Amino acid sequence: MLQNSAHDAPGRREVVSFKVAEQDFCIDIGVVREIRGWTPTTVLPHAQDYVKGVVNLRGSVVAVVDLSARLGFGPTVPEARHIIIIVMIGDQTIGLLADVVSDILTIDDTSMRQVPDIASEIARDFISSVVTFEDGHMLRKIDLSRVLPELGAELA
Amino acid sequence: MSGLDELRISFFQECEDLLDSLGEGLRAMSDLAAAGNVDDDIETVHAVFRAVHSIKGGAGAFGLDDLVTFAHLFETVLDEMRGGKVGITVDAMHVLLRAGDMLSDLVACARDGVTPDCERMGQLLAELDALVDGAGGGIDDAPFEFVPTIVSVEAIETIDIVEVAPETGLGASNYSIRFAPKGELYGTGNEPLALFRALQQLGDLTVQADVESVPLLSDFDPSEPRLRWTLTLATEATREEIEAVFEFVADVAELGIEALPDPGKRPDGGDTPQDRTHADAAPLRDKAQPFSGDPPPAADIDETHATEATSEPAADEPQAGLPEPARSAGPGSPSATPSSAAAPATIRVNLDRVDRLINLIGELVIMEAMLSQAIESAGLASDSDVSNGLDGIKQLASGIQESVMAIRAQPLKPVFQRMHRIIREAADATGKQVRLVTVGETTEVDKTVIERLVDPLTHMIRNSVDHGLEDAAGRAASGKPETGTITLSAAHRSGRVIIEVSDDGAGINRERVRRIAEDKGLVAPGTALTAGEIDNLLFTPGFSSKDEVSALSGRGVGLDVVRREIQALGGRVTIQSAAGEGTTFTIALPLTLAVLEGMLVEFGGEMMVLPLSAILETLRPSSATIHAIGRTGRVVANRGELIPIIDLADAFGVAEPGEPEERDVLLLVECEAGRRAALAVDVIHDQRQVVIKSLEENYGVIPGISAATILGDGRIALIVDPEEIIASAGLDTATPQLAANE
Repeated sequence: MLQNSAHDAPGRREVVSFKVAEQDFCIDIGVVREIRGWTPTTVLPHAQDYVKGVVNLRGSVVAVVDLSARLGFGPTVPEARHIIIIVMIGDQTIGLLADVVSDILTIDDTSMRQVPDIASEIARDFISSVVTFEDGHMLRKIDLSRVLPELGAELA
Repeated sequence: MSGLDELRISFFQECEDLLDSLGEGLRAMSDLAAAGNVDDDIETVHAVFRAVHSIKGGAGAFGLDDLVTFAHLFETVLDEMRGGKVGITVDAMHVLLRAGDMLSDLVACARDGVTPDCERMGQLLAELDALVDGAGGGIDDAPFEFVPTIVSVEAIETIDIVEVAPETGLGASNYSIRFAPKGELYGTGNEPLALFRALQQLGDLTVQADVESVPLLSDFDPSEPRLRWTLTLATEATREEIEAVFEFVADVAELGIEALPDPGKRPDGGDTPQDRTHADAAPLRDKAQPFSGDPPPAADIDETHATEATSEPAADEPQAGLPEPARSAGPGSPSATPSSAAAPATIRVNLDRVDRLINLIGELVIMEAMLSQAIESAGLASDSDVSNGLDGIKQLASGIQESVMAIRAQPLKPVFQRMHRIIREAADATGKQVRLVTVGETTEVDKTVIERLVDPLTHMIRNSVDHGLEDAAGRAASGKPETGTITLSAAHRSGRVIIEVSDDGAGINRERVRRIAEDKGLVAPGTALTAGEIDNLLFTPGFSSKDEVSALSGRGVGLDVVRREIQALGGRVTIQSAAGEGTTFTIALPLTLAVLEGMLVEFGGEMMVLPLSAILETLRPSSATIHAIGRTGRVVANRGELIPIIDLADAFGVAEPGEPEERDVLLLVECEAGRRAALAVDVIHDQRQVVIKSLEENYGVIPGISAATILGDGRIALIVDPEEIIASAGLDTATPQLAANE
């Protein structure tokens, strides 16, 4: 109940924060379906290098995106400690490979800032805004629609 | 969704069934008309009439005016036919068949809210009119009309009718039936006249209308029926049989059936009020006219009037059906009696629910495989209780799987029936005479397969009429009957469904096909091609053999589209042709799209599944039979043929770097065009049934991969599409053949 009211309150939202390559990122809690441990994937031929492959999510075939590779940090060498965040975007279910989930936070819209102008940084393309906290640490909010595999490219 | 919307949806669902039986009935009539013995099966005419009538009734309830108008005239013609007033001739049936098509178009238009083709409808209405007019003129000269406008005031005055009915046999008893319809009766498209006719089949019927409560025009409420009837029936039938006639209107009418002690005595209308004036009755009719849908009571007055007139010589054209009780007294003839009591009970189920069940079963099968692996790795003895229990579960699971698949399986009949219309239209467009023979339409296939079969089949049928059959003169010249025959057959054969479209035309003109293909640059001139290879050129994209583009089948989308669609269903199309005897297209389809029989293979550290249907044989050749061609190309000699080898690990880019040894387990596959290739893998694991999982749902299309499946350990394995692998490997069509010739 408390969560709901916090979520519904205007100007406030709940996010799931996680680490990729030692940096803190977050996504809206609304799109997160579940968080599961790393399981070996089945490699997809002809896929982009940031698509780790597909896993079996209770009978559905779900592609896993390696966020580290997608954001330009280089490919993850997955181990059992890595996690897969299952998200729903539209009708699609996608897994996001991340290092670790840190927290569920309620943040103020007012604390959201525009991404500072850093030139030529891949990660900037995928970050919609940043949130700063009083203790000085910062969350980068991921624009999920851009993280998704580009299907058009694969069809060719 | 409102209640009305739901009713609407179920009306259109019913319409589909009705249109199916309509089409079937019309074809049966048409066949009988051609054979010249229509009288043998008057029940078919009744069935067709009932179908049209039900559509009209429902359409009336939803205010679908076009549909009502058309169905009404259609129904009238049929009524005339079953009354013997309009002959069931080949020409008349031609009009009726097209009217049936129009009716189904109108239903579709009404469902989708599209404006129907008024011109065509007008034309057909005129043709139907002509049928009835012709009959009216032929029998007596009185003009015949169908709309409830000819009601005359006398009808009200002399409303009581004495029917000329068959002699009542011994043991007859008299019943007095009070029948007072409520507004809903008309609203649901029922008509008292039909009920009375049904009663008349039971015995000697006297109808008296009670116009007591018909008000003055000023007080007239068109939604409130005022007419009541008292019927006297002398019959041998039981009370239950009489009640059965009223079965469908029990809720919408007040009904009282009493047995009268004295059979044979007929009331002669003494109770009928005779004091109604013209002034009262005529406005009643005027008021009633604006009704759409089933006519209000006035229409019944009209018809009863006409019936009454039959007792006087030289009167109006008698309404068909009524004076002919003996003719239509065959089995099941009362039109209000349900005639399909023997049909098995069915329910309509939303497809989503069935699909959900299928998904769950798929999971069950996977879970069971996982459990079985877990038991094995736990080292339990194979005769332990756990293993025995698991075996039981396996059997149950496969039983459930089969049953659920059976739910989705539907007979091909609806698709085949649609093809009759396609043939008709194609025959009209080309001016050829064509007959469609269907065989095995009860063959069952997965529903999705059925839906996706319509387009390819339509295309093939049109193609057969347009290109396959010669014109009448050409046929006569080669000593064949002028009417061409196209046979559409279906059968189960070794776990697949085989559908054949064959014509008795001239066969493929291979010289011409070859010339066209060379002109269009599809094959190099002078290439050595076998007959089969030339036939397969028809499936090449960009091939359209008709010299001029015809409106029917030569729109640039050729048989290549057909083949692609069939392939998308996991099937294959082949073609056989004999000069002068005809051409046969054969479609082989999997029974279901949910499960696939496959071979589990491993290469480059990846497990993948190859569909068993594509695999011709597996081989492990000695190195002597493998030859390198160029830097990377390899071929294997097998049974005198040189077959190119495709390394799957290379094709999918999963080869581990620096891997020196070459894979030497080969799977010989053949694609639709007859091209062969040997797919090289590391290991063949086993052959198994796999549950097909969509990749496109959450990811997208991968070249060379058709879908995915889940293995016993829960991991995903991809299903290889050999067709695409061969295509993307860029093997030239002619290569294998040339190689073999060396």
